[in-house]
Amino acid sequence: MAREATKGRKAVLTVVAWGIGLLIFFPILWTVITSFKTEAEAIASPPAFVDFHWTLENYTTVNQRSDYLLHFWNSVVISIGSTLAGLVIAVPAAWSMAFVPGRRTKDLLMWMLSTKMLPAVGVLVPIYLLARDTGLLDSRIGLVIVLTMVNLPIIVWMLYTYFKEIPGEILEAARMDGATLSSEILYVLTPMAVPGIASTLLLNVILAWNESFWTLNLTAANAAPLTAFIASYSSPEGLFYAKLSAASTMAIAPIMILGWFSQKQLVRGLTFGAVK
Amino acid sequence: MTVTFRALLGVPLVLALAGTASAETTITVATVNNGDMIRMQRLMPDFYAKHPDIKVNWVTLEENVLRQRVTTDIASKGGQYDVLTIGNYEVPIWAKQNWLMPLDNLGADYDQADLLPQVAEGLTVDGKLYAVPFYAESSMLMYRTDLLEKAGLKMPENPDWAFITEAAAKMTDKKDGVYGICLRGKAGWGENMAFITSMNNSMGGRWFDMQWKPQFDSPEWKKTLETYLELMTKYGPPGASSNGFNENLALFQTGKCGMWIDATVAASFISDPKESKVADKVGFAPAPVRKGGENHGNWLWSWNLAIPATTSKADAAKTFVAWATSPAYTELVAQKDGIANVPPGTRTSLYKNPEYLKVAPFAKMTLTAIQSANTQHPSDQDVPYTGGQFVAIPEFQAIGTAVGQQFSAALAGRASAAQALGAAQAVTTREMQRAGYPK
Repeated sequence: MAREATKGRKAVLTVVAWGIGLLIFFPILWTVITSFKTEAEAIASPPAFVDFHWTLENYTTVNQRSDYLLHFWNSVVISIGSTLAGLVIAVPAAWSMAFVPGRRTKDLLMWMLSTKMLPAVGVLVPIYLLARDTGLLDSRIGLVIVLTMVNLPIIVWMLYTYFKEIPGEILEAARMDGATLSSEILYVLTPMAVPGIASTLLLNVILAWNESFWTLNLTAANAAPLTAFIASYSSPEGLFYAKLSAASTMAIAPIMILGWFSQKQLVRGLTFGAVK
Repeated sequence: MTVTFRALLGVPLVLALAGTASAETTITVATVNNGDMIRMQRLMPDFYAKHPDIKVNWVTLEENVLRQRVTTDIASKGGQYDVLTIGNYEVPIWAKQNWLMPLDNLGADYDQADLLPQVAEGLTVDGKLYAVPFYAESSMLMYRTDLLEKAGLKMPENPDWAFITEAAAKMTDKKDGVYGICLRGKAGWGENMAFITSMNNSMGGRWFDMQWKPQFDSPEWKKTLETYLELMTKYGPPGASSNGFNENLALFQTGKCGMWIDATVAASFISDPKESKVADKVGFAPAPVRKGGENHGNWLWSWNLAIPATTSKADAAKTFVAWATSPAYTELVAQKDGIANVPPGTRTSLYKNPEYLKVAPFAKMTLTAIQSANTQHPSDQDVPYTGGQFVAIPEFQAIGTAVGQQFSAALAGRASAAQALGAAQAVTTREMQRAGYPK
């Protein structure tokens, strides 16, 4: 009896989970499907789901018109660069907050998070002027710096929660054995926190990959990543839904594949220490 | 571990340093994503053959992103671009700020006098041309000839709003999913307000009196908004408050609209059998007037190329601008892609070309619409501003969008016409006072 109930519940949960999963994934699926339609089929109503003339025409057009590889490479450099730079700053910061907290550590953490509450456009002009005067407009270095700053609060917060789970006694023991501060962080703390660091890294690569305010506003021709690539296919006058979908699919494909292969780490990292 | 860790640290730096510029003069052109601009990018080999020492980098962006992007850059003198694609709304405002280079002397074979005077006028400040038009449009009425015939009506030469209402009522067949009229409803100064401002011009209304006092409490505005709401709620498609140009284009192309009043550029899309199901059943007429009136709304939009004053590559930029808007470019497009694809609305000579008139059935109406647009006196009453479907003051983007939200809410049924007009009057008065008008 009890077993049957569990089975039934399991089935219901599975169906619900799949339902929610499909619901969330549906817009992406629809984008991918639309990218294989002609412009006329893309606006047809009622829309066709699979029963239409599948074509690769949009992908050909998009590849002829824009330099996908340049934008892709810029996205890779900017997202990985800013995440690694963020980690280099955040690991020591999170270490000090987790293991040697001061009276104001909590306030400091809240303050860091509060910088995320300001809409980005509020500081557009000052940042733009700074970038102009330092010659960092339309440069990858400039974007790496800005995105590092933008994502730093999240990286620090994530690492801080992971580090909190690690008993301070282990670090103490390392210190007793004569470990210096840097070797304590590098050889003792970091290996133990690898799952947490990995998921922080993955999540922030995704966030930086998708960031579209600064990457659009601080770039022109040279450093523009895939967000600018997508923006060049949308238009208020003229229908380019199919081409826009093709461009979007090409832009999200790399990060989706990355997410697919690393989903175990992502989930493990995100739920790390959640139940204790 | 250490080695890997250090190696990882080095990655962003090395990646960031990779890739620098080349030697020849490279100019950066910021532009919008529309068919004509994309075609130009494809025709660049012709430019490179004539000017091998100039390389052009394209930055193509969606219109609203582009506007935000180039405005930030030019206002802060960032100098990211050597050629800008901007609208006739920006040109006079930016020219007065000395942000743009005057564009005279574009070469002997440029034939500046051939530019359509109505279009060139909007780009001229104190007798100097500050941008050159690449493409221009006005507005007109597009309708389904088969549905109008079925309704037993005949399109007059100059339809008025009463006729539009009657035709919309008779063409509507909601069971079959056919709506008599599709109009813009999405909030925004360049969205619903472009249409409604233009409609208000045709009703004899105005945005401001000579003391810059907002006029939403006038009978003309009341008539405009009530007519608009009546047309759209009774005969318009459902969910119209989120429809812009593209949504209406899709509706019209799939046979769901009887009439559509919008930018003339739409004519080429709805007559294209590859995209449109109704390509062989469309007719064109001038934008409606009020009974006995002659004002068609004075809608005039042009996409123009301008050179920011901050550029250090003015000569190369000028060479490019001249190439892109010259009569020779028209010939190039005609030769490579067919004359129907020449960017419309900028040169008188195009509309005298019998070949063009033959392949573009909407050409005559487009020209008539552009020529009837008077941007210097958009309203029948006296006004302190120029414009047409917009008011050419810097504050209009913000005010137009705020008012557009009120009207969009009224269309969605969240407010009455009177409430929307009252709110529009209040928000405009406040913003104008804050901006220091009357100036």
